[in-house]
Amino acid sequence: MTVVDAPVARPVPVTRGYRFELVKLLSQWRIRLLVIACWIAPALFVAAVSQQSSLPVDTLFGRWMNATGWAGPLVMLGFAGVYALPLLTSLVAGDVFAAEDRLGTWRHLLVAVRSYRHIFLAKTLASLTVILLLVAGMAISSAVGGLVAVGGQDLVGLDGHLLGSADAFARVLLAWVSVLAPTLALAAIGLLGSVALGRSPMGLLLPVVVALALDLAQMLPMPVAVRLALPSYAFIAWNGLFTSPAQLGPLLISIAVCLVWAVTATALAYMLFLRRDFTSASYEGTGRRAITAGALPLVGLIGAAVVIIAAATPALGSGIDQDKVQRSVATAFGHLYRLQAGQLNRPDVTEEQLAATAACTKGDGLIAAEGPGNDWRCVVSWHLPGVAATGSAIYQLDITSDGHYVADGDGPKEVNGYFQVRTPAGDQPNPLWQFDGNVELLSTTSKG
Amino acid sequence: MGTTLAVRARGISKYFGEVVALDGVDVEVEQGRIHGLVGPNGAGKTTLLGLLLGLSVPDEGQIEVLGTVVGRALTAPDGVAGFVEGPGLYPSLTARRNLAALAALRGEGVSGIDEALHDVGLTDVADDRVRGFSLGMRQRLGLAAALLTKPRLLVLDEPSNGLDPAGKRHVHGVLNRLAADGTAVVLSSHRMDDVEALCSEVTILATGRVVFTGPLSKLSADNRELDYRLRTSDPDAARKVAADTPGLQLAEDTGRQDNGVLVVRGLVPALDELVVRLVNASIAVREFAPTVSPLEVAFLDLTEQQEAGR
Repeated sequence: MTVVDAPVARPVPVTRGYRFELVKLLSQWRIRLLVIACWIAPALFVAAVSQQSSLPVDTLFGRWMNATGWAGPLVMLGFAGVYALPLLTSLVAGDVFAAEDRLGTWRHLLVAVRSYRHIFLAKTLASLTVILLLVAGMAISSAVGGLVAVGGQDLVGLDGHLLGSADAFARVLLAWVSVLAPTLALAAIGLLGSVALGRSPMGLLLPVVVALALDLAQMLPMPVAVRLALPSYAFIAWNGLFTSPAQLGPLLISIAVCLVWAVTATALAYMLFLRRDFTSASYEGTGRRAITAGALPLVGLIGAAVVIIAAATPALGSGIDQDKVQRSVATAFGHLYRLQAGQLNRPDVTEEQLAATAACTKGDGLIAAEGPGNDWRCVVSWHLPGVAATGSAIYQLDITSDGHYVADGDGPKEVNGYFQVRTPAGDQPNPLWQFDGNVELLSTTSKG
Repeated sequence: MGTTLAVRARGISKYFGEVVALDGVDVEVEQGRIHGLVGPNGAGKTTLLGLLLGLSVPDEGQIEVLGTVVGRALTAPDGVAGFVEGPGLYPSLTARRNLAALAALRGEGVSGIDEALHDVGLTDVADDRVRGFSLGMRQRLGLAAALLTKPRLLVLDEPSNGLDPAGKRHVHGVLNRLAADGTAVVLSSHRMDDVEALCSEVTILATGRVVFTGPLSKLSADNRELDYRLRTSDPDAARKVAADTPGLQLAEDTGRQDNGVLVVRGLVPALDELVVRLVNASIAVREFAPTVSPLEVAFLDLTEQQEAGR
């Protein structure tokens, strides 16, 4: 007997596998619903909230939502970093491998594609594409909603300076681009969970669980090095883009940390994928191996990042000290005073002429003036040209452990003690009454 | 010029940890033949089909598929298609989109999709989502997906599962046509009637070993007593003839008290003799069929022997 000869089969190219995976993903009603929601809901939400008299002042930039359309996408970004992006990555990346287990289609796919590597690459790229589509939808939709509802007026930055429309657009865009890094990290964790845990619901939920745990960790008082070593910090670090000069140090470090997480988690997922036994129809995940091969390296990564960041930067404390707080409050006050002067048709003054300073204490001066807390108190002093007396105003500060603070004006009433000011055009929100600020946790930015 | 082989397996063994799934299996499948693979649960059928598809490789022995030694997983040559443990379809896609996506994945056009759907009788539901398909419809769509590749070796795991009579007719028709065109088909089934209706050769596996491989006719003709149902124009006379036929015995209980139906047991020559005697006695034979298929009898005999010998 003779044996017939057949051409040796080649693996299906990654590009074709990628298109195949995209078709499968986009055919799922769950993904379609997400795409529609991400491209429509943010616009409706931002437009609706911007028309309200009661604004989400607890959220960064929320107090400016009815003043400029550029605040909307930033409010949405703050919300997305905590809830939406972890959930999206769970539903897309967390299911992209597990779906084949659920449908019993692994053998079929392997026979068709003939390459573990190509399958992994195609699935990874397809899920990232869908995630990017969703993130882009949220960014564009919320911006359009804000701009249509309110318009593209200047945006008040986190130290009180005004950002023109083009500048605001660029920074909003950069802020959304910067959160792609932690989103990629979460997506990689989703891939890892999907590969390692198979049909287990825990595989699907892993990015959400990890994101919640990291968010909780960010609320705890801990050294800056540890805070920056967690991939979730990049969901906060974009705040630094809205100061002048921009606080790029923490942002760049956190992006680098996230990208290392993304690469490491993806590599771990790939290793587990290659080791997997596809001959068993009842695969329920790698169980204990997932913990040793998947989780432990990531925990080790946090440790390594802490050591490197601590060695490279002065980052062992909370990062919040008296000097930084005073400088930040004084800078913000100076900028906002000019804004208020403009509203009241008063003669313009420059920040240099004002020479605003702040004297801040914590706990009524009974404890060291450092670290987060809602017991900070600052007395701001300034000078006006041609006026001998020194102006002063009081602020109560609530500083969170990530460096963000809300300064609440405590008088005098004519300066910062009332939420509105009477202008020739009628009553308007008083920019000095309450404002958001940001203390840079690292001392990497020039003091300008 | 010799016969061409689509599959040549020599001494293949496959282990999953401590479990011996296949133990020194030899199998040959010629082009243009439909080869049945039967055996009790856990006999190693699916493992063997997986090896043919290239999903894994044997731990020992050698397997050649369409002339290519499959030495690494996922390196089965072009021309091999099929499915194991379900047809592998995506429920959120329609039948047509499932096939179109697969065709695009393989870099093929969509020209053969309508024909494949027609062949398996799914033209009417081509644009319905697979989510709503019955098991039998999914099996047929899985077969259609395999047909798109114009296979030279088609490997099917339980293709008759869930098929209604019309679906079975479609599937049998397709497989017979493929075999007639030179495609080798290897299928596993628990349905002995399907195997008998479709296959010219069969391999019986038990506990990972081959207990029989060869033409179905050889298996049926082996020396085994078979039970046959006999319905005639004169049951009393037929009973007497049967009782007088050497080598034949009347089974006492048919399980059903059918009027005029006898069950006789004997070897094939004795059964032949009975027919001759009935004709000579001018008794019309209205039905003469095995109560259990010869393949099933052989299957039970061989697998029980193998189990007993372990």
